[in-house]
Amino acid sequence: MTEPLLHVEGLSKRFGGVVAADAVALAVPRGEFHAVIGPNGAGKTTLIGLLAGEISPQGGHIRFDGRDITRIPVHRRSRLGVARSFQITSLFPDFTALDNVALAVQAHSGHSFRLWKNARRDRALREPARTALAGVGLAARASVRVDKLSHGEQRQLEIAMALATQPQLLLLDEPMAGMGPEESARMVTMLRKLKGGVTILLIEHDMEAVFALADRVTVLVYGRVIANGEPAAIRADPVVREAYLGEQEARATELRRNG
Amino acid sequence: MKAAPALFGKAIAPSCLAPRTVLTVTLLVVLALVPIYAAFTGDPFALTLFTRVLIMAIAAVSLNLIMGYGGMASFGHAAYLGIGGYAVGILWKEGFASGFVQWSVAVGVSALFALVVGALSLRTRGVYFIMITLAFAQMVYYVAQGLDRYGGDDGLTIGQRSTFGGLVDLNNNTLFYYLCFALLLASVYLVSRLVNSRFGLALQGARSNERRMRAIGFPTFRYKLAAFVIAGVLCGLAGALLANHTNFISPAIMYWTRSGDLMVMVILGGLGSWFGPVIGAVLYLALEEALSRVTEYSGLVIGPVLLLAAIYLRGGIEGLFAGAGRD
Ligand SMILES: Nc1ncnc2c1ncn2[C@@H]1O[C@H](COP(=O)(O)OP(=O)(O)OP(=O)(O)O)[C@@H](O)[C@H]1O
Ligand SMILES: [Mg+2]
Repeated sequence: MTEPLLHVEGLSKRFGGVVAADAVALAVPRGEFHAVIGPNGAGKTTLIGLLAGEISPQGGHIRFDGRDITRIPVHRRSRLGVARSFQITSLFPDFTALDNVALAVQAHSGHSFRLWKNARRDRALREPARTALAGVGLAARASVRVDKLSHGEQRQLEIAMALATQPQLLLLDEPMAGMGPEESARMVTMLRKLKGGVTILLIEHDMEAVFALADRVTVLVYGRVIANGEPAAIRADPVVREAYLGEQEARATELRRNG
Repeated sequence: MKAAPALFGKAIAPSCLAPRTVLTVTLLVVLALVPIYAAFTGDPFALTLFTRVLIMAIAAVSLNLIMGYGGMASFGHAAYLGIGGYAVGILWKEGFASGFVQWSVAVGVSALFALVVGALSLRTRGVYFIMITLAFAQMVYYVAQGLDRYGGDDGLTIGQRSTFGGLVDLNNNTLFYYLCFALLLASVYLVSRLVNSRFGLALQGARSNERRMRAIGFPTFRYKLAAFVIAGVLCGLAGALLANHTNFISPAIMYWTRSGDLMVMVILGGLGSWFGPVIGAVLYLALEEALSRVTEYSGLVIGPVLLLAAIYLRGGIEGLFAGAGRD
């Protein structure tokens, strides 16, 4: 069997008394659409931070594309093909949408010690950036400043920037956060198009989306992996229902009653 | 207050006549005509004052690169004025009057100093960054105070301006003025090219959202450090000019209030606009000069004025005009 693209073992991270990652093990084969679910504070964002290199673990190993990247800094992991989006939108608000994506392209086209030529007229940056924008449906909004974009558009731009780095592994932290139902549906359509091409690790609270998209699901609770398997199996798993899904459903019922 | 320039801006529609352009061109023409005015009236005072304005404008332009575009609020930028100035003064005293030698050393030592300060301060942020850059500048200030051979606290009178073979004679005040003017224009042009290049966009990206920059693959530190060094070099050059202008160098030029002055010029002119620092320098030094004639407590007036300017003119003076043209 070939080695999985992403292979995590014993990954641990504590914040003071809080265990955000407790010996997490994870294997994601190339091309898989892998979802990670878990209640609030389970350590999902922390896991993405660990994989992207923003947070350094207190124990464990991360292997990516055949090499140990546990101690490699963020920007070099990006160069190796790990890209992430942020749960809380993290863009360059004073730049245009196209500028934002062009920066992501620039990061991956050699060093930036080019001091003279106008980068905004550099077709080698602008063309791929336009393509990436078009890919998320933002072509018409290219020259709008990011702080003037709607929340939904900013969430799409989040994805476009990650994609513009041409990653092998895409880490998506709740891309639908704060979106209305229509926008969410559009995002699901877009993610479905990406499926099979790039390897994806998706964190999402929207269970319908997760079960519709994922090849495999990992359930995280208090920093620990409590289950891992195909969507149908996860849905039926009594432990998962107890720890997580049940809780969600109970909350949903309650909401319905109150609403 | 804000409405007036806005109306003015709407009235003149063509973009080539945007208030910002008008302001820039007017200022450049005025600066270019200063020596002619001085020759006409036979009053050297304007020439002296505006030579100083040009030199401080170069320093402000350099600070704007890191502070306005890079988000690095260095509170020790006057240190480079001192380093550049002392390079000229010390070398003259030791028998090297050649400008080629003096200015190369001024630029070289400034670069080295910036490299060290940058390497140690750029991993910190906000108030810490401000404090570290301030501490380094104060350190150089005290070192200069201790240089008894070069006048210590009293400073050093420099017997002669830098010589450049037969190339230029800096003793000609008009020529010196135009040299400073040319170097200012070159600095402004350099910065305007830099900030639109890949390097400049990486720098501005790091100011805007450094975390995201790293996530998309930028090693931000090295770009920030490079900008920090370029700014130091440019300001070191301004220091060499300043020492030539006054034929004098003392630690006072590096005192922290001088660094503060530079920051104020940049903020006054509008952070991150390429011509703003020139406007800021002219305005600040003219205001200082005017007030110093009325009262010896000019600082007491300038302080509050600037505070208000900083609060109400978020884009600086230039922003006021630019905003009027844009919307
Ligand atoms: N930088 C930090 N410092 C201290 N505690 C942290 C830090 N980051 C996360 N935590 C804690 O670690 C735990 C896991 O947080 P994390 O953000 O990874 O959860 P999550 O699964 O992404 O939650 P959510 O669904 O709300 O996004 C939480 O208890 C959180 O308070
Ligand atoms: Mg989270």
